Amino acid sequence: MGTRSPTVRNTVERGAVRRFAEAIGDRNALYLDEQVAAQSRWGRLIAPPTFPRVFDFGKLPNVPLPPSGIIHGDQSYTYTRPLFVGEDVDCHTLFKETYERKGSGGTLRFLVFERVADDAEGNRVLTTRDVYILTEKVAAEVGR
Amino acid sequence: MRGRLSPWTVGDRLEERELPPVDRMALVRYAGASGDFNPIHIVDEEAKRTGLPGIIQHGMLTMAQMGTLVSPYLANGFVEHFQTRFVGMLFLGERLTIGGEVTAVEAHADDQTITFDLHARTHEGRQIAKGTLRFRWLGA
Repeated sequence: MGTRSPTVRNTVERGAVRRFAEAIGDRNALYLDEQVAAQSRWGRLIAPPTFPRVFDFGKLPNVPLPPSGIIHGDQSYTYTRPLFVGEDVDCHTLFKETYERKGSGGTLRFLVFERVADDAEGNRVLTTRDVYILTEKVAAEVGR
Repeated sequence: MRGRLSPWTVGDRLEERELPPVDRMALVRYAGASGDFNPIHIVDEEAKRTGLPGIIQHGMLTMAQMGTLVSPYLANGFVEHFQTRFVGMLFLGERLTIGGEVTAVEAHADDQTITFDLHARTHEGRQIAKGTLRFRWLGA
């Protein structure tokens, strides 16, 4: 595998964090209230752990994905610290592996991606692992 | 150093929470906030076209809701690792119950790692997602 997307710079935008926090039903003051956040150990607003869903992690060249019918099987986020509101992060995606497993309804194809975000000092803040599943029917539509 | 210790021990449970029934507006709001406009979460006909009986909640919204269980502790530390396996689909009108339990407490020189098993089920007990979350407890 080893396909890598171009790097895309994303900003952890305050309004985007507020809308995301409201959409997931979590009005934590550390996401929303600058004064509370300033007095916390973080000294500033932070983003919810699953907020990077909004980031553009870059498009992979040459990875064929169907327009619909993809099943999101598994997701993980690994952090070295929280994301801070207002900071820029440089993101990219790696195509890690693909494999097949026989299920009761036919063969399932698994696609595994890793997405990362590095801060302005070049330190890795976030590494994700995204697992998507294609059913035999959907995989056949994409071809190999 | 005792002041730095977390209040958690193995077997402690996070208070279980029942969320409001899934409604279309909440899914539209999450679609807008996350940028995930996959129509199977919004448009009935599109969901039916893929063989589903109706629209389903975004798995990533379920994961985010499970993550809110540790939100009260974000002044004490941060989420170091959060993994979720999506095992079932959640339909309009269904209510999610989320909860979790401490499975490990690991002490380091200056802080602790607390590992939680998290679950999300319908109020009827059908499994929707299972998670593991490691929380880095830095102190009070």
